[in-house]
Amino acid sequence: MARFILMRLMHSIPLLIAIIALILLMLQLIPGDPVQAMVGDYPVSPAFREAITKQYHLDDPFPTRLLSYFTNLVQGDFGYSYQFQRPVLDLILTHAPRTILLTVTGFAFAIPVGILIGLISGTTPNRRTDHLVTTASLLVYAIPSFWLGQILVLGLSVKLGWFPTQGMQPMISRAQGFDWFLERVHYIALPALAFAVHEGTRFARIMRASVIDTLSQGYIMTARAKGLSRSSIIRKHVLRNSSLPLVTIAGYAFGTALGGAVLLETVFAWPGLGLLFVQAVRMRDNMTVVAVVIFAAIAIILINLIVDVLYALLDPRIRSRA
Amino acid sequence: MSSFQSQKPNMLLDVCNLKVHLAVDGKTVRAVDGVDFAVAPGEVVGIVGESGSGKSTLARAIIQLMPNVAIAELSGTIRFNDADLMTASGTVLRRLRRQNGFSMIFQDPLGYLNPTQKVGRQIAEALDNSDDNRVLALLHEVGLPKPHQVARSYPHELSGGMRQRVMIAIALASEPALLFADEPTTSLDATVQRQVLDTLRRLHKSRGMAIAIITHDLGVIAELCDRVYVMRGGKAVESGTVVDVFETPQHPYTAELIRLSTRHLQVAQQGAQRAAP
Repeated sequence: MARFILMRLMHSIPLLIAIIALILLMLQLIPGDPVQAMVGDYPVSPAFREAITKQYHLDDPFPTRLLSYFTNLVQGDFGYSYQFQRPVLDLILTHAPRTILLTVTGFAFAIPVGILIGLISGTTPNRRTDHLVTTASLLVYAIPSFWLGQILVLGLSVKLGWFPTQGMQPMISRAQGFDWFLERVHYIALPALAFAVHEGTRFARIMRASVIDTLSQGYIMTARAKGLSRSSIIRKHVLRNSSLPLVTIAGYAFGTALGGAVLLETVFAWPGLGLLFVQAVRMRDNMTVVAVVIFAAIAIILINLIVDVLYALLDPRIRSRA
Repeated sequence: MSSFQSQKPNMLLDVCNLKVHLAVDGKTVRAVDGVDFAVAPGEVVGIVGESGSGKSTLARAIIQLMPNVAIAELSGTIRFNDADLMTASGTVLRRLRRQNGFSMIFQDPLGYLNPTQKVGRQIAEALDNSDDNRVLALLHEVGLPKPHQVARSYPHELSGGMRQRVMIAIALASEPALLFADEPTTSLDATVQRQVLDTLRRLHKSRGMAIAIITHDLGVIAELCDRVYVMRGGKAVESGTVVDVFETPQHPYTAELIRLSTRHLQVAQQGAQRAAP
């Protein structure tokens, strides 16, 4: 297993290099003037332009800049954001935990709820409960999460005043200990709910299909022939085997979400990577854009690796092949 | 006369006029159409017929293990010892499956064993007290070498013949009075088929349990069974002792089955003679 993990990590290095080169090239191709973007609507003096161009090597050929970027990267230098006036690594390290917090909270609800709904629905296929659950989850899944987020804000925050509309903490707070925790829960509730509802209904649909498939397998017939009760068949034979496809889908969704739920973070002004990414793109802050993409790519690569390891742990057939 | 009165004395299993009609794409398929079937304690009974003749459906309907299909009609009586299986509650059926009732082994052992669980655990699950020694004893009884190692293996790590023996061990765990074997050797190589048949014969002798073998292979019937039912189109067209049915078949279909089977044998013998120097 250790060898498998090492091999996968080795394979991901060229992949990461290709992703970084590609994103730098794409940024090179898009129109716009970074020096102009830096000063906003004011006219740029030739002296200032020359100074900035020299300082950031803007007129070096692309391969030279690519090489220097990689050289800096291996030394842990992600560059300096002249828009935020902070080192890029600093920005990432501040914003990433917020996105991780939102994603983990969302998934902590989405996965168990998705599994439970999928199990209930899949073990009673084509009955009233199943029809109800399937229709409801399809309807909810069809709602884009950013729109659902806005509806939640309008209803629960603006109209009822139960939750704050935006952000992740109050401007000024003296709360400490458990009160501080409750205050944060208050802020994260709506974005996490919008996130969890969307992902949870997706997981429920995948789980339902997987449960129906598992129930048609021969070993379920064997379990029935052994005289096992329905609940113990579901617990011992259906749950684990049906969860296998969910591990892949949830893992992929988790990796993608770590790169920043751009729309959701914008709707709730959640100061995570998604929001940082949007701001950086708007300001043509290339260094930050590239760093967010690198973080997302690393997250996806690592999560995919974890998914593969989990898959091997859950399914001994894959373990043998690995 | 009620069907209960028609119960033959001393029969372990007595099925009268069993009908299983399935609803498939808006049409009714008479999978089993008025079959009478009986097994005495300790008897080996064969059910033979071509694919789609209803023999597997008959067995599954008897032990109330129908796959998830729409049933248009299910009628008749099924008596097992003192229990009426057609009206038996889930609890009664589960009790019969768990202790001294009936069990079943299936054609494709790979698909019928859970791929994510070790073999030992799957056998233990069929025992009332999951005792490791009992698991090893069962693996030993079905003729598997190194039971410790087999118990710790996953199904995909075993050969086809070993997997089928594991299925037999699972089926034996509940000490059944009647074992249904649905095409137990079809998916196996010829030499492994022989080993599995020998195992079944040995278990029948040592345990004295009744066995109902479902097969399309008359050779298996001739070798193991006391009596045979010949099925075609959902009906039992003929039944009797193996000797009677093989020597004086009453139904043209049975005669044809026997003729084809002997023809295969003759062709094989001629081939062997030609190949001989």
